[in-house]
Amino acid sequence: MIENRFIKTLKAKLKQFRHSVFLLKRNKLTKLAFYGVIALFLIAIIVPIALPSNIHVDQDTNPIDKLLSPSFEHPFGTDELGRDVFKRVLLGTRISLNTALIAVGIALLIGVPLGAIAGYFGGFVDELIMRITDIFLGFPPLLLAIAIAAFLGPNLQNAMLAIAIAWWPWYTRIVRGQAVSIKERQFVKAANAIGTPSMKIVFRHILPNCIAPLIVQASMDIGGVILTIASLSFLGLGAQSPTPEWGLMVSTSRNYFLNAWWYSIFPGLAIFFTVLVFNLLGDGLREILDPKTRKN
Amino acid sequence: MKNYIIKRLLLGLMVLFGVILITFFLTRVIPSNPAAQWVGPRATQEQIQQATIELGLDKPIPVQFIKYLKDLLNGNLGYSLRSKQPVLNELKTYLPPTLELIFFSTILAVFIGIPLGVNAAKNKDKALDHFCRFFSIGAVSLPTFWVALFLQLIFYRWLDWLPLGGQLDTRIKMLYEIPKYTGFLFLDSLFSGNWIIIKDVFSHMILPAITIALYPIGLVARMTRSALLEILSEDYIKAARSYGLKERLVLWRYALKNSLGTTVTVLALSIGFTLVNTFLIEAIFSWPGIGSYIATAVVALDYPAIMGVTLFSAFSYILLNLTADIIIALDPRVRV
Repeated sequence: MIENRFIKTLKAKLKQFRHSVFLLKRNKLTKLAFYGVIALFLIAIIVPIALPSNIHVDQDTNPIDKLLSPSFEHPFGTDELGRDVFKRVLLGTRISLNTALIAVGIALLIGVPLGAIAGYFGGFVDELIMRITDIFLGFPPLLLAIAIAAFLGPNLQNAMLAIAIAWWPWYTRIVRGQAVSIKERQFVKAANAIGTPSMKIVFRHILPNCIAPLIVQASMDIGGVILTIASLSFLGLGAQSPTPEWGLMVSTSRNYFLNAWWYSIFPGLAIFFTVLVFNLLGDGLREILDPKTRKN
Repeated sequence: MKNYIIKRLLLGLMVLFGVILITFFLTRVIPSNPAAQWVGPRATQEQIQQATIELGLDKPIPVQFIKYLKDLLNGNLGYSLRSKQPVLNELKTYLPPTLELIFFSTILAVFIGIPLGVNAAKNKDKALDHFCRFFSIGAVSLPTFWVALFLQLIFYRWLDWLPLGGQLDTRIKMLYEIPKYTGFLFLDSLFSGNWIIIKDVFSHMILPAITIALYPIGLVARMTRSALLEILSEDYIKAARSYGLKERLVLWRYALKNSLGTTVTVLALSIGFTLVNTFLIEAIFSWPGIGSYIATAVVALDYPAIMGVTLFSAFSYILLNLTADIIIALDPRVRV
């Protein structure tokens, strides 16, 4: 009978999921964004595997071919060292998605438990944690990321960490809000009544019920995080040469772009499309999950 | 309401204190050798020792923190590693050009963003509304620094309509004396009354101002739209319409007035973001402001300078948020 119930809930969940996908696909722009994200992940996974020789694109310099304009052979032209911009842009996809996912992951790891604890225990702990988030939100996120990255030392790992430190308070706030409402529900009270340890309640009952809004928020944040990474790299605080990172490529191109427009335009377009696709998807997801705008 | 404002001020002070605490930890506690970092890679042993005493690093951390607070209150932000000048003085000289940029981008945000949002709400689910949605998401997704390069390519390299960068053409700078009344070049050029100077200063302003205005325009348009849509479904709007008032009056007077609270908050927030965005684009436009200052400081790892700009920006951001919250609290409909 337990199994039966399990299958039932699973079916219900599946139905819900299918309905969400249906709603997702109904809006043309969101549908497009959905496929765009899938395409980006495919590029990020396949390109470095399918073209193993191009892993060494950073060493693949060829001074004779420097700053060639776009042609059939080099669709996005070449850079100042004769490297193919198209290949480097494709390779950059993995770097951007990777760093963004890890940064958001770390932010979730810091923010989620703190939010659950603040919401569940309330009182002084709640007050303390929420005032700390207030302090972190007293900085514009990019500013805090710049300051932290500068003091930790300029490289991609530190940039990821810096972004995570700038971003976690948002997740703490979301989870806290959820936790405050969930802890009043019957099943939590019941668990409490039979003497379940508080920490177990937080991790087994509160957190799993916060996942849906968290996923939406995190997917909406990926775009912003990618943009922030590119901005840090542009300032020289993120990826270092010769990493094919988009922001860094635009930054290096500044010395040549007046005579070689392709060098800065294409990596920048890659940032724009990636961020746009994630933001459109996040926007669509929010509309779908917001009961006010959700139409059947 | 009085209580709310006092509470909000106290919270602002607390956040300010927290921000100072964070910057203290970043500069003095986290680095393995803060004194060596503070004086830069080429410092001699003596300089490092001197910095250790100057920063009070030989004392326990709470004592160090009190000294840090005292220094801040006295406006001592340390000395820039590159110019050896006090950071505070440098901030003062670099501030006016940045404020000019922020001012113009905010004007653009108000005069383009609000009408765009109102018209999108009026034409909900029509072409203009979709355009507004796409524009605002697009504006948030654009890498500012890339927009700067792109605009330079089009308007300088290809069309040759606008200058590449700087605040003033060097030839004009050499030919004419520009009076220094305010320190703000745009105002000073207006005071000079010389049409050639005014035109030149203005043409240098266009590209950087548009570049950083895109983000606030999108944000303001989007928030105005959603706030208006909420208000348009309220009873008093229906009443106004049933009286047969002109739709334009209902929209721009009755509804917009009550959505301005949202707009003000967004505007305050976006000014903070705009300030940080200038870090990315001022160097591209050779704009002699705070953004260029921190961008070069970052490359040279000039820590006192980086920290000075960080503190200044965080302070302004807190102040902006505080102002927005208090303006909203003054709204009689908000009972707090």
